[in-house]
Amino acid sequence: MNKIVELINTFALLSLLAVGGGTAVLPEMKHDAVQVHHWVTDTQFAQIYSLGQLAPGPNMTCVILIGYEVAGVAGLVAVLVAFFFPACLLCYFVSQTWDAAAGSPWRSAVQRGMAPIVIGLMLAGCYALGRTATLNPAKGWDFNLITLGIGVAVVVILSTTRINPALTILAGGVAGFFLLG
Amino acid sequence: MSEAVPRVSLAKIFAVFALIGVTSFGGGIVAYLRRALVEKEKWLDDESFMAALEISQTLPGLNSTNMSVIVGRKLRGALGALVAVLGMVLPGAAIVTALGFAYVALRHDPKIAMVLTGVAAAAVGLLLQVTLKIGWKQLMRPQDLVFVIAVFVAVGLLHISMVVTLVTLAPIAIWMYRPRAEKEGA
Repeated sequence: MNKIVELINTFALLSLLAVGGGTAVLPEMKHDAVQVHHWVTDTQFAQIYSLGQLAPGPNMTCVILIGYEVAGVAGLVAVLVAFFFPACLLCYFVSQTWDAAAGSPWRSAVQRGMAPIVIGLMLAGCYALGRTATLNPAKGWDFNLITLGIGVAVVVILSTTRINPALTILAGGVAGFFLLG
Repeated sequence: MSEAVPRVSLAKIFAVFALIGVTSFGGGIVAYLRRALVEKEKWLDDESFMAALEISQTLPGLNSTNMSVIVGRKLRGALGALVAVLGMVLPGAAIVTALGFAYVALRHDPKIAMVLTGVAAAAVGLLLQVTLKIGWKQLMRPQDLVFVIAVFVAVGLLHISMVVTLVTLAPIAIWMYRPRAEKEGA
């Protein structure tokens, strides 16, 4: 029961901190789930996030699997509600009064000021995942060469083509299967 | 949306959002939303869509679920918002759950572990590419880059709590773009 309460507290706060989209809370979420609460390992966290990229819908829905790891189906449901409900509720009430602020010049100040902060958070998310998944000092050079190669290939492919990103994730899985064997 | 919108049934709202929730692979849900809500159902015109998107991006929470709340509320009030969010989230959640069950059962299989390692490496590439794409302007502008680096060091390297980081840095960054400063700069 205590674990459910901890899950709800953590993910409800993350829900309200998700400025500029769900990926902004990735570094904080990983720190909470791995270092603070020991709910999942480094590797499991990276894998759960990656599985989420293979499923349709909002790409942070995968966080419910952290709840599942901790407390089974009850944990899964607890995280689903805690991660989505608070931000939705806030949006429901604030968006009703939003038009009142329509002409305020501060709106653009908030947007332009928050933009670099969101990018910093997303880069921290790349680093938090990448340290386990793409450049892992604990693994051999051959492992790192392959994972780094896959990561860089995805960046290049997505920057130069209009292919669906989910396909590059699948291709990464196929490449891992054949190259890491 | 003050114009008369024909009353849409809750089942229809759920169906439309669930279809987006189940077909939107690979991120970029906004494009799927626009196609369904503006072009197909004509529940919103382009202008109201962009206004709703602006709110969704400014408020905390996922852009896709915030959009669902706003559009669902415009169509059918609180129930409409609830049904739209459930439609957006539940199909993906069901698929993630199925993937998760398979993951828990199979992750110790060495062949599956290799696939997962490749998938994770690719997912980092995807996240990095998205970050570079939407953040290019910020990364190229020195006064923004200072904040990018400060947030990266604070949250990513020093693990300073995100609440503390936001409360400290956000007001400074917003102040930098305060209305008066903009006018003087122009």
